[in-house]
Amino acid sequence: MNGAEITQLFDYLFMVMLLFIGLAIIRLQNLFAVVMLTGVYSLIAAAWFVSLSAADVAITEAAVGAGISTVLLLAAMLLTSGKAKPTTAFRHWAALVVMTAAGAAVFYALGDLPVYGAADSPANTGVGMAYIDRTPAEINIPNVVTAVLASYRGFDTMGEVFVVFAAGVGVALLLNLSGRGKRGED
Amino acid sequence: MIEIIADRFTYAVILVLMMVGLYAVIATGNLVKRMVGLSIFQTSVFLLYIATAKVTGGGPAIFDYSDLAARTIPEDAIYANPLPHVLILTAIVVGVATLAMGLALVVRIREVYGTIEDDELSEIDHDDELKKGV
Repeated sequence: MNGAEITQLFDYLFMVMLLFIGLAIIRLQNLFAVVMLTGVYSLIAAAWFVSLSAADVAITEAAVGAGISTVLLLAAMLLTSGKAKPTTAFRHWAALVVMTAAGAAVFYALGDLPVYGAADSPANTGVGMAYIDRTPAEINIPNVVTAVLASYRGFDTMGEVFVVFAAGVGVALLLNLSGRGKRGED
Repeated sequence: MIEIIADRFTYAVILVLMMVGLYAVIATGNLVKRMVGLSIFQTSVFLLYIATAKVTGGGPAIFDYSDLAARTIPEDAIYANPLPHVLILTAIVVGVATLAMGLALVVRIREVYGTIEDDELSEIDHDDELKKGV
């Protein structure tokens, strides 16, 4: 068995684990378990990102998705309640109908996606590959993802910083983190 | 039919994961659990993007320093598409920002209403309307 086949086996393992965790999150009513499983879900997704050769995304997902998200969810859970009410039959069937309809639509479109791993798919032949060709001459750093993030698409990253800032201000205002003024009166 | 799905098996599994997230958002009335469902859906979308960027036999788009010194890359080198990676890096951080915002709203709702189950929330709202005599 060569390296690529073993990696493929790991991919199947990740898929099974993600599916089981997803189903467990749906079934569980204990919010602490749900939040912890969300962290595990992110961590396994990060491991899968490595095998999909997206090293930078894996690092970010492990740090931000599995780390900060879990802490945020944990804090929110502790400030609210630790238990969810069981799903009612009406909601269950309504969700199942919506899920089936949406699932049928995306699976109908599945055939139009390029074959998995194809080098000549439209997504993999355009500007993405041009970045690889130009980075050694124009930016001259080893990691192309960094070159695109910080240089070619630097404005995107600046916009991202604005979004994070806006969200930070929003959270601070909502939770009255400055401690001034009264709240909970109305 | 079978061949079409076999070639796109990874995408098919990721789409199923996405539907699991969608179900979790709709089926539960608990607002924290709903945010969890949203974040599962989101992670699945990230996986879909990254899976499209995968090129068979290719590694991450990171060069050797020796190649970089020559300011050129080897002809036979295969790399994964870096552009979706960059887009998803941005999306992960923005996703956490929106999650924080949503959870702050949930905490605020709990402070005012004393519950985070949406059927109880509608009941309280309904009673308030009745009291006001609408």
